[in-house]
Amino acid sequence: MNGRFIRLGETGRKTVAIRVDGKDVEALAGDTLLVAMLCSVDHVRQSEFGNEVRAGFCLMGACQDCWVWTAEGERLRACTTVVSEGLQIVTTQAEAQWANL
Amino acid sequence: MGQPVTGQPRVVIVGAGPAGVRCAQTLLAAGISPIVIDESRRDGGQIYRRQPENFGRPYAKLYGTEAARAEDLHTTFERLRPKIDYRPNTLAWNVAERKLHLVHEGHASALPYDALILCPGATDRLMPVKGWQFAGTYSLGASQIALKSQAVSIGRKVVFMGSGPLLYLVANQYVQAGAQVAAVLDTSKFAQRLRALPKLLARPDVLKKGAALVSSLKKAGVSVVNGIEPLEIVGTDADGVQGVTYRDASGREQRIVCDAVALGYHLRPETQLADLARCAFRFDEPTRQWLPQIDELGRSSQAGVYLAGDGVRVLGADGAELAGRLAAYAALSDLGHTIDASTLDELKRQQQKMDRFRLGLVEAFPWPAAQAARLSDDTVVCRCEGITVGELRRVTRDEGACEANRAKAFSRVGMGRCQGRYCGHAAAEIIADAAGVPVEMVGRLRGQAPVKPLSIATVEEVE
Repeated sequence: MNGRFIRLGETGRKTVAIRVDGKDVEALAGDTLLVAMLCSVDHVRQSEFGNEVRAGFCLMGACQDCWVWTAEGERLRACTTVVSEGLQIVTTQAEAQWANL
Repeated sequence: MGQPVTGQPRVVIVGAGPAGVRCAQTLLAAGISPIVIDESRRDGGQIYRRQPENFGRPYAKLYGTEAARAEDLHTTFERLRPKIDYRPNTLAWNVAERKLHLVHEGHASALPYDALILCPGATDRLMPVKGWQFAGTYSLGASQIALKSQAVSIGRKVVFMGSGPLLYLVANQYVQAGAQVAAVLDTSKFAQRLRALPKLLARPDVLKKGAALVSSLKKAGVSVVNGIEPLEIVGTDADGVQGVTYRDASGREQRIVCDAVALGYHLRPETQLADLARCAFRFDEPTRQWLPQIDELGRSSQAGVYLAGDGVRVLGADGAELAGRLAAYAALSDLGHTIDASTLDELKRQQQKMDRFRLGLVEAFPWPAAQAARLSDDTVVCRCEGITVGELRRVTRDEGACEANRAKAFSRVGMGRCQGRYCGHAAAEIIADAAGVPVEMVGRLRGQAPVKPLSIATVEEVE
């Protein structure tokens, strides 16, 4: 599957280039990060508690199902983040955060 | 901007939806400039959510029959903006000792208040169904936000399942926008809607709009089925939703192919801040949930704390606008202002109609409490942490956890990142059924600060 969301209008906006897990994704100015991702891929993360992939749920910042991370390790809620040129996203949390004791 | 005029009481409003905007407008007209805290980037709340500035769809296309109301709310707020202290992108995450705790772009601060008016709105009310953890299942509200604020459909072929007026509204908006709607599956029965008619006639114009929504769906060839019981959202871990199975009113199992499901049973108020402000709650029998107690103007049990809009009682956008005005008058009156009695009486009279209509909707599209008992043990109840109905039943029966917070401590249902927003009401029904007690005895999940997760990098500012 390519994307999960289907654009139904407002497609004349200028494009914004972002990268998700090292792959180029073309977004449109004004897209939320969740919409930009789900127009190209079918999920945004892997559940930590089950085997299933996740693609957000509430789209209003309440369920926290769409957390992703920037390349620098900052956590973003994809449904309330607006895309910006050059944004680099990883869909798995960096393991380096856990000390290896 | 930023500092209140010396000697003026500091009135803080949380939320810039219909209730918050009308509240701010009423306060300003009485000479008080409020601080308006809003988590969103733009005003309007959810139902009148604004599209990004570079989108071009006109009001009529975005808000349909409510276009004039939406536009009026937005232009009202634009006029207020220069005269108030408006703080978008700001989360109110705690209330303690007459201070509202905020976080804005990673910086936390505490805001003392003389009066606090909470208009935090509502989220979808959910009953789990087996498979609802699969990617491609969204809340009904989410499906509307996708279209309204981003011009996308949540899938190629969408099933709308649940109950409530929003089911028909959003399905229609999808059809009109050119999306493919596979079916509208409503758990309520047509007979329940007939019985609710006397109450629904409190707002005949809204009733008429609702009926028009159903007939326009049917005209568009969309299959609309009443009296169903959801059985399963069929899918795979890797690819997500592939279909829906349900039992129809005659007891036959049916299957529909789709790649997205919009699921919801009307709305539930965001009551966490009221709870943290120590407002008293009461059990609302018709909707089977605990709600903050308010007087007819919106005063809570705590002096100086007022509650308005869908965040205290789901009356919809029109009722929220009225509630915002009423709460502003309550605060003004308590701050020593004289309020015109006839204005208040007229608003209260209108609000009583809204409440009668609310009760009609509850009867017409009831919360499917009885489904909880029939959910299979392997159904996920907590989407955050993948905890099953069986595990919740086990702690209830074997460990005697018959109270919501105790069951949460034992099972972790309600402890995940959504903080019980999407599992809490269903969990209460599951516990009540397993323990054999009325749902009000299960109680409610206590609001916990922060009401949404904060980043560990948040920096505290000292005022």
